[in-house]
Amino acid sequence: MVLISKNPVHSILWLIVVFFAISGHYILINAQFIAIVNLIVYAGAIMVLFLFVVMLMNLNNASEPQKNTGVRLAGTITGGCLMLIMIDIVRSAAEVKNATAMVKEGNIGLIKTLGKVLFVDYVVPFEITSVLFLSAMIGAVVIGKKE
Amino acid sequence: MPITYYITLAIVLFCIGVVGVLTRRNAIIIFMCIELMLNAVNLLLVAFSKMQNGKALASNPASLAGIDGQLFVFFIMVVAAAEVCVGLSIIVMMFRNTHSVDVNFLNRLKN
Repeated sequence: MVLISKNPVHSILWLIVVFFAISGHYILINAQFIAIVNLIVYAGAIMVLFLFVVMLMNLNNASEPQKNTGVRLAGTITGGCLMLIMIDIVRSAAEVKNATAMVKEGNIGLIKTLGKVLFVDYVVPFEITSVLFLSAMIGAVVIGKKE
Repeated sequence: MPITYYITLAIVLFCIGVVGVLTRRNAIIIFMCIELMLNAVNLLLVAFSKMQNGKALASNPASLAGIDGQLFVFFIMVVAAAEVCVGLSIIVMMFRNTHSVDVNFLNRLKN
């Protein structure tokens, strides 16, 4: 649905549905922190940003010139072959045979345990991310400003 | 739940993203497909993290094995947010210059 809808706004709304579904999966395997962050960051912030850009450009019904059918067919076949090959390889791998993901047990997904590890073992990457965010913010302002 | 189900779901999501990047020409939709691929990888990382933790919990009930996977997901989300921020401003600038989001217009970069 993200792919086949002609209108970019519909595409974005379907992508939000996909993100909510993925968050549901996170909750099901008891990774609550990741689920909430996924909802807030992806379904909240990023998708609103996309929606704003699409509406800013006012290309709701701008007809997107389609690629010719050959290219589209080739792309679809390539993606399908990739999917089949990857699934087939992974199904026969020894590591994942009879392995299960815990569904409701385990507490590593809770904010308490994740936060302890994040701010003790991963402090330096965390601070580097803040620098990355700052540079991304400055870069967006510099690129986006009217000259 | 068998890990194979999660792997299959993630691969399907990833391949939908790949097909989208290959077949569409709207720059915004290509960008959204990249987000879809990132999310497929995130789902797989969380599933594997729970798998490792489940294996380790059998011997040690207070084990934290596999928690790195979820932290990596957190960092991937942070990097994706920064990437979206810059990428969308690039798309806006491109739209301002060419009045189109068709990626084929970008081939005038080479002149």
